[in-house]
Amino acid sequence: MQSFQEIIFKLKQYWAERGCIIQEPYDVEVGAGTMCPETFLRVLGPKPYNVAYVQPSRRPADGRYGDNPNRLYKHSQLQVILKPSPDDVIEQYLGSLEAIGIDLRKHDIKFEEDNWEAPTLGAWGIGWQVMLDGLEITQFTYFQQCGGIDLDLVPAELTYGLERLAAFLQVKDSVYDIEWTKGFSYADVRYRDELQYSVYNFEAADIATLWKLFDLHEGEAARLLKLYDPKSPDKKRFPLLPVYDQVLKCSNLFNTLDSRGAISVTERVGVIQRVRKIAVGVAQAWVDQQEEVAA
Amino acid sequence: MSLPFLLEIGTEEIPDWMIPDALENLRLLFEKLAIPHESVTMDATPRRLVLRAEGLPERLADSEERITGPAKSAPPQAVAGFARKLGVTIGELAIEATPKGEYYSFTRKVEGRRTKDILAEALPGLILQIYFPKTMYWTAKGGPRFIRPIRWIVALLGEEIVPFEIAGVRAGALTSGHRRLGAREIAVTTADYERRLRDHYVILSAEQRRQKIRKELTGIRVKPDDALRETLVYITEYPTVITGGFDPQFLRLPEEVLITVMRHHQKYFSVEDAHGKLAPQFAAVMNIDADPEGFVRRGNERVLRARFNDARFFWETDQKKPLADRVADLKHVTFQAKLGSYYEKTRRMMKIIKELGGKRLSIRAARLSKCDLTTELVKEFTELQGVVGGLYARAQGEPAEVWEAIYDHYKPESMDDAIPRNLAGQYVSVADKLDTLRGCFRLGLVPTGSRDPFGLRRAAQGVVRILVEGRVECDLLALLEGNQALIDFFADRVKFYFKDHRGFAYDEVNACMAAGWRDLVDLEARLVRVQKLRPTPDFEPLAASFKRIKNILDQAKFTGGGTIDPQLMEAGPERDLYDEYRRIAGQPIESVISRLRPKVDLLFDKVLVNAPDARVRENRLTLLKTLLAEFSTTADFSEIVTHS
Repeated sequence: MQSFQEIIFKLKQYWAERGCIIQEPYDVEVGAGTMCPETFLRVLGPKPYNVAYVQPSRRPADGRYGDNPNRLYKHSQLQVILKPSPDDVIEQYLGSLEAIGIDLRKHDIKFEEDNWEAPTLGAWGIGWQVMLDGLEITQFTYFQQCGGIDLDLVPAELTYGLERLAAFLQVKDSVYDIEWTKGFSYADVRYRDELQYSVYNFEAADIATLWKLFDLHEGEAARLLKLYDPKSPDKKRFPLLPVYDQVLKCSNLFNTLDSRGAISVTERVGVIQRVRKIAVGVAQAWVDQQEEVAA
Repeated sequence: MSLPFLLEIGTEEIPDWMIPDALENLRLLFEKLAIPHESVTMDATPRRLVLRAEGLPERLADSEERITGPAKSAPPQAVAGFARKLGVTIGELAIEATPKGEYYSFTRKVEGRRTKDILAEALPGLILQIYFPKTMYWTAKGGPRFIRPIRWIVALLGEEIVPFEIAGVRAGALTSGHRRLGAREIAVTTADYERRLRDHYVILSAEQRRQKIRKELTGIRVKPDDALRETLVYITEYPTVITGGFDPQFLRLPEEVLITVMRHHQKYFSVEDAHGKLAPQFAAVMNIDADPEGFVRRGNERVLRARFNDARFFWETDQKKPLADRVADLKHVTFQAKLGSYYEKTRRMMKIIKELGGKRLSIRAARLSKCDLTTELVKEFTELQGVVGGLYARAQGEPAEVWEAIYDHYKPESMDDAIPRNLAGQYVSVADKLDTLRGCFRLGLVPTGSRDPFGLRRAAQGVVRILVEGRVECDLLALLEGNQALIDFFADRVKFYFKDHRGFAYDEVNACMAAGWRDLVDLEARLVRVQKLRPTPDFEPLAASFKRIKNILDQAKFTGGGTIDPQLMEAGPERDLYDEYRRIAGQPIESVISRLRPKVDLLFDKVLVNAPDARVRENRLTLLKTLLAEFSTTADFSEIVTHS
């Protein structure tokens, strides 16, 4: 039986052999691998880029105190970006499943329409959920827009749900029973995260403090974005990556406030707009920053 | 020589529901090329759209083109110029007689183009013109758009490749087999194409895939589900049915929930036992040929178990807070940004039900109807809104009238769907839909063309059906708050319902609606009467006479409506008609039509309505107007289209 970490090693190895840079997880909280700068910013502009990384993804509202066998506050995604997408991208993807020991002549694979959209990022794409014997194991997306910008090259984004995949391969009914590595179950490694973050997100987080933090991060992002000057000869030095971190902070705070029940439905749209505004601002400046200053 | 033509557009997986329309669209685009052919066959799998035609000519027939030049009387330079432009001598020109005079002309022979050239030129544009509801680009910004990336193209006319290119893909003679069971590149000819695909586990014909599924389902008591079967036909290239089971303890959950999980989330057929009750089994359709080791079955069973566990968890958690305690929570659920929360919507619905004459239980049903929007189960299975509320209400001891009303209140969801089963459900459903309609129309969120994001047409259609079929008598116009746009919108729905859904003739519908449509139950009764009356011999002549009366009154611009003065009447037809009118007034049209009609005919035969004496004329017009009014309460018969 392959352990959780062996599955990850094999997938990374597989994509490394196909020209991907293997990155480590981003060190700011994100709700999905898509939000990492390695995806959100790198898909912009005309430069090809192939990258793969495992990203722990936090969804405060999905936490279940470690009680639910299939739902997690923090799950792990393997995120692969192939920009531009190769013609045989689906064959390559299917090859990755074989690399982790799934004999596709004996299993049922279907591609079911599922278009992806992230309103807070001004991003959307066309694609499928990939079903393996009735289980959704991957979201496959051809990005069309990011930060409200039409993409020069169309990247393929493959997002593997690693816990699901491991539970499938190890034939476990609960993600907590997954063998992380010999002698350690998923529960041994992650149960405390699930319990404690559920308590924090649903019960303990101080709403006023979270709002204050949200305002501070948003303010810092907005302040800096105003200073970006496309005509400045020094524009390459401009700290857009740190600005983008502020966007990620806001996004995570928004999700936490939401799970805390602190955002009414009428407010919701407005807060999404606020995050989107700074996200789009960064994306636009980022595209400009790649270009030389016009003479 | 007559040639077969094969076009296969090889793509990545196309959404199943778009495929039949896309095929039809491709066929029409091909027909538009006007290349003669004997037959066309269309086929598709999720990965290929295929057009096959028989009997194309190698080249189109030669034709002649006549070019008309200057008039015969034109100066010689003009004639010479015309000939020079055509590259011929003046002697080769003909003189053509036209209605406008004689003109120089020249008939040029146009050689028929090669079919292959026409196709090579037209196909790239034609393929990219196929309509899909949503398209993507995949090469780079500004590149071609299609439903999914095009990966290969087969284009053969006879034995030759029709050469063209789209998005870097060159048309050729290589197709591709099943993703896992077939080869990636397979050389084909127009003759062996379908068989070669079959060898590589692609069943090209949707009908054959459908039959395969049907045959393999034989012997399993599946709930018939044509829509699901069609989805599976177009989501597979080699469908194979397998069955699986689940723990019977899950049968304690409501069937509706279990079936929704199986059908909507897993695309399984549910299975019934001999008594028609849900059995702990399912049938799934794989896109592969066999499952000898049971991997696929066990995988699907595990997924279903996890899903059912989730549903059970939600079902149990939600019950901890009864619906009645969730009413205030609706303040936090937005109905529409400008129309407030579901809490406010619920209040308005309760008010409408009071106006409709609904009693305590109907109002309670309305009060609880939206509470399931706050439950975990509905958040997970949104398509079960209403149904879940009804199930919780039942579990929480609400009377049948209330829980059934909640359960049914989104009905009817289509023209074929049933209306709510009890009166309370009918009230709640009507109130819900009317509130949405009123609110949206007040904000100007009115459907335009094919855009109807709030489903207002369906909502109004639902109201009409419930009022008529539930026999709910009420003043519909009063409920529309005098909003003219909304009244017109409803008038269209009422017309559509009686005409297209119930099959009444359009002029009967117009005639009866012209006599009023405040109460749709009454309108239906009048329509039935007019429909019965129509084939009787007196009907059409009387309708024609009524039209004549109406025209006379219109022409005279007669507005007076005084009393009839019998003293001013002539003896004979006029007086006879008046006396007849007095005898039959107040009786239904059916029982008097045979007596009325000859009297009306006689009046028009013998009496001049526009008498010279103004008082006599006024009196006659008053008689006609009174008559018209008396017998137009059922229908405005002048709207009937007569053949006489």
